[in-house]
Amino acid sequence: MVAVRRAQTALEAVDLVKTYSAGRNNPPVRALRGLSFSAAKGTVFGLLGPNGAGKSTTVKILSTLSVADSGSAHVAGVDVTAKPHRVRRAIGFVAQKPGTDPMATATENLLLAGRLHGMSRHDATARARELIDRFGLAEAANRLVSTYSGGMARKLDVALGLMHRPQVLFLDEPTTGLDPQARSEMWHEIARMAADEQMTVLLTTHYLDEADHLADRLAIVDHGTVVATGTPEELKSELRGDAVQIELAEADDRAAAVLRRVHGLREITMDGCTVRGRTDDGARALPPALAALDEAGIAVASATLARPSLDDVYLRHTGHALQAPGGEDLKALEAAK
Amino acid sequence: MTTAHTESTGARPLTLIAHTAFLTGRLMRTLWRTPTFLIVGLVQPVIWLLLFSRLFRSVVDLPGFTHGDGGFLRFLTPGVVMMTALFASAWAGTTYLQDIDRGVMDRLLTSPASRAAMMCATMAHQAIQTVIQSLVIVVIALIAGATFPGGPAGVALTVLAAALLTLIFSALSNAVALLTRQQATLIAISQFTTLPLMFLSSAVMDLQLAPGWVRSVAAYNPVEWAVVAAREAMAAHTDWSVVGTRLGVLAAAVAVMGFLATRAFRAYRKST
Ligand SMILES: Nc1ncnc2c1ncn2[C@@H]1O[C@H](COP(=O)(O)OP(=O)(O)OP(=O)(O)O)[C@@H](O)[C@H]1O
Ligand SMILES: [Mg+2]
Repeated sequence: MVAVRRAQTALEAVDLVKTYSAGRNNPPVRALRGLSFSAAKGTVFGLLGPNGAGKSTTVKILSTLSVADSGSAHVAGVDVTAKPHRVRRAIGFVAQKPGTDPMATATENLLLAGRLHGMSRHDATARARELIDRFGLAEAANRLVSTYSGGMARKLDVALGLMHRPQVLFLDEPTTGLDPQARSEMWHEIARMAADEQMTVLLTTHYLDEADHLADRLAIVDHGTVVATGTPEELKSELRGDAVQIELAEADDRAAAVLRRVHGLREITMDGCTVRGRTDDGARALPPALAALDEAGIAVASATLARPSLDDVYLRHTGHALQAPGGEDLKALEAAK
Repeated sequence: MTTAHTESTGARPLTLIAHTAFLTGRLMRTLWRTPTFLIVGLVQPVIWLLLFSRLFRSVVDLPGFTHGDGGFLRFLTPGVVMMTALFASAWAGTTYLQDIDRGVMDRLLTSPASRAAMMCATMAHQAIQTVIQSLVIVVIALIAGATFPGGPAGVALTVLAAALLTLIFSALSNAVALLTRQQATLIAISQFTTLPLMFLSSAVMDLQLAPGWVRSVAAYNPVEWAVVAAREAMAAHTDWSVVGTRLGVLAAAVAVMGFLATRAFRAYRKST
């Protein structure tokens, strides 16, 4: 039974704990405090969470770069603590910070990666050419990476991770620094590879639209533990009903109390001039809400109704909103679709 | 599953040697593109060689100076070769610090390249530079009028001794880089160790002229082993047992230091 489950599970982390020492005068940093999740083979699993939540730490432990203080992890069915060398043969690793050699060309970077993975010179050359074309680096392929723009180097990072057709690919914020066009291309590539090559992808991101678009399942990480997990749809439907958002003309503390008395509205929160709430039927709840505010003499600037988004899920589980993606990102999403 | 994957990419199992060769190749390519350090590293020894051999020409006539045959230049050349090797290899860890800074280290550490191959490659890279620099120094000494009765074999053994010395200290420097990850610390430690090691050896002065305790300490100094082996190999009547034992201990020290330095990757992993 366990063997069967393992065969289907490409990634499994159980109760990972990791503490970093933070120098002599600081208390140690508890980066992970019992983090667990698992991802099925051939799927894209997203890790979402605020800065310092422990996403990169998780990726580093699963990719054998770092070791956990306690807990266990399996990648492609192999224990990362017992057989790290076997894990390394099965994975591609794209770190959050760039990892290309600036004193070598793109081709040389790729060839070295391929050769270290045991590819023959012939195969490595062919594969390098293919990836260079696919990531639009053909013109710069024989230039030193030190002359690349940040986005070009980032694409090469991802290409390096893909060189040997890994079973499991770790992508730590792969699209940070890419222009909208490049981001949408990257999304397209990631989705295609996961589908075509039965590759499992662990993706960390700050872009909710990215997670929504790419991830089959995702986990929201906060303070070193998983606070919610499921498919994007499951997570969204966990939030019953529509989101109501009312912008006040000026901040007024009474607004929350007034709205809590309105029938059908719940989970009222205030943030400056913005009041948020939730309701089973937005169209019906909005008029009495506006009427109640009017009666209390609170001026309303605007009111909106929305189906729950991943943003709301994130807000609910981590207690703070993520920067809403800009218009460009949305366009990229549309283009990718 | 792994087998199928390996076949699909046409991969063959590779040895430690192949990985070391690939990684050394990368470093040599970088050296070829920016040979500045290699060349700048030669300025100082050449100045020593030419200046000291003029300034201290008559040192060899001091009573008690036992290595006076062939003049001070013949005496000094092996010393300058070893000093150059020592100073350059104390900096070897800089390559790791750069790789750590650029994220290359983390990418290599998650690749199948073994830690031993990564350590051997940087050590080999440094040793190759030492071979080049040593040969240049010997040639300049010859041009300046030095003679080496030991001939080409003597020169080859001198270069070998310098390379072994380099392997020891580049492993040490790499270990410091992995443990501290700080340029400032690396510089401090290398300056703190190299100068005493140099002056506690016969690199520039015959130890017969030094206090007795210096001689006792020098017996445990790898720089002294290398200098003695080289000077003996270049001399007219070489005592091969002296050369053999010194090279033997140097090689043993290389193995020990290489092993210990490779263990430093564990500390790096824990704090990553
Ligand atoms: N090498 C390290 N030494 C000390 N502390 C570290 C180290 N790496 C991470 N930390 C700490 O561990 C915590 C988790 O960091 P981590 O990089 O995993 O966060 P993250 O979720 O990836 O954040 P971000 O979204 O900003 O990339 C942070 O508090 C961070 O300061
Ligand atoms: Mg991170």
